[in-house]
Amino acid sequence: MTYFLQNVVNALQWGSFYALIALGYSMVYSILMLFNFAHGDIFMVGSYIGFGVAAALVALSAAGVVVLPSWLIFTLTILVTMILTAMLGMAVERVGYRPLRDAPRASAAITGLMIGIILETGNLAILGARRVRFPDLIESVTYEIGGVYVTNKKIMIVVVSLLFMVAMQYFVSKTKWGMAMRAMAYDYLVVPLMGVSINSIARLTFAIGSALAAVAGILYGIAYPVLDPYMGVLFGWKAFVAAILGGRGSIMGATLAGFLLGFIEIFVAMVFPSTLRDLIAYSIILLILVFRPHGFFGEPYSAKLRL
Amino acid sequence: MPLLEVKKMTHYFGGLRAVNDYSLKIDAGEVRGLIGPNGAGKTTIFNLITGIYTPTEGNVILDGESTIGLRPHQVAARGLGRTFQELRLWRHMSVLEHVMMARYSKLSYGLIGAFLGTSKRLKEEEESRQIAMKMLDMLEIKHLAGDSIANLPYGAQRRVEMARALATEPKVLFLDEPTVGMTPEELNQMMDIFRRVRDELGLAIFLIEHRLKMVMELCDRIQTLVFGEVIAEGVPEEIQNNPKVIEAYLGKEAVT
Repeated sequence: MTYFLQNVVNALQWGSFYALIALGYSMVYSILMLFNFAHGDIFMVGSYIGFGVAAALVALSAAGVVVLPSWLIFTLTILVTMILTAMLGMAVERVGYRPLRDAPRASAAITGLMIGIILETGNLAILGARRVRFPDLIESVTYEIGGVYVTNKKIMIVVVSLLFMVAMQYFVSKTKWGMAMRAMAYDYLVVPLMGVSINSIARLTFAIGSALAAVAGILYGIAYPVLDPYMGVLFGWKAFVAAILGGRGSIMGATLAGFLLGFIEIFVAMVFPSTLRDLIAYSIILLILVFRPHGFFGEPYSAKLRL
Repeated sequence: MPLLEVKKMTHYFGGLRAVNDYSLKIDAGEVRGLIGPNGAGKTTIFNLITGIYTPTEGNVILDGESTIGLRPHQVAARGLGRTFQELRLWRHMSVLEHVMMARYSKLSYGLIGAFLGTSKRLKEEEESRQIAMKMLDMLEIKHLAGDSIANLPYGAQRRVEMARALATEPKVLFLDEPTVGMTPEELNQMMDIFRRVRDELGLAIFLIEHRLKMVMELCDRIQTLVFGEVIAEGVPEEIQNNPKVIEAYLGKEAVT
């Protein structure tokens, strides 16, 4: 039983990463009908930016220039990294996707792949092949609750992720931008007639998705401090699976599917040898998709939905 | 000075001249009709004036200012509202959300306001809601405000589209075959609504319509478009008796 609960805790943490990344995938996919295959790499860059910001703040603090408590360093790292990564996302949209908005979807999809490769190899060119280590922003404390070990980091990761997911849900359902996003997801052509700039909503979508990926990147760096330029590839693919599994246009769906992926992976590894983890986990997910081809919250949609 | 003026507008699609030397003057409170056979270029003219296409030649002046080169959302914010031939609604959004969406360019709250619920945001949203409800009331669908679009009958969906266009506070409302697919009874109700909208909101209406009964009853002046060119313009009686118009609609035999 404690073994089971221990794994629930691990799955929640692992699922948080998937869910945060899947949100960005899902938003771009729903609103712009675009697979942003560079999203996993934006997560990677976000993690590196977070590393840079955190390392700089820690160094400043250590040198006594500005002495900041660790919680403030953590908060500042998240904020600054979100802004910088959002800017990267907007640049990707401007350079890679906007010129191709009316191009065949396949062209836009390979754009994502190319931008991904550029980000990975660009990182290699700048930082070299060595792996970097994310600074320890939070001193690890382990609690034991009825035989289950929980670290403060794990709690913090899950709580921060959930906060961002709730904020996201609120943003999309309650604000004017969110409303414009939902409208764009269903019929693009009339949205400008409401005085809404399609380009600014597209930019905003990329900015938010990238900022959430940055949060995932930092939280990942805190849990697994060794970063490498290809860390985003597999994560990106899996988050993409979660986004589709959640259903088009559903924030809730992408979130739940992200957590589901975390649970399936962790619990498969609990029963089977960990080398078989992805083989079995993704066979299960494939089966789910066979029976629910539109995902959990997606609806069958006709060609009329989109131009 | 007319509210909306189009000066000598010509447009080519590749080598094809879709619109030739088109001019128009509309005053506030006027209902103008645009008729013509299929493929004459009526919708193209709408698309040119509302900024979806940029005309090859000519100028569009709204309230004394040229709108050429503006993006469609900027033209819309300046005061050109529009409905489309086919329904373009957002499934899964409620009726009220549709109409409130039309207030987008009038909402100026920022990101902080969005998350903290500042008094500015609350005030703007409340004002938005009131205007939206007023439009729904004008179109007699106030009771449907909370319904999802997908559940409404066709006629009601058409009205939602109208209410949405009105909520952008247009100076000129462009209606592209607004009564297509409606029963004669619904048609009469819509005509009443158009008149009420014009009188109460004081806006000009520019109407593409195939049902001549409606055009003749509703419009102050009518233009007839054939192959991208205006072949006749005048009050309904003039158009009705114009041999060129009869020829375009019924063929040469009918005239001679």
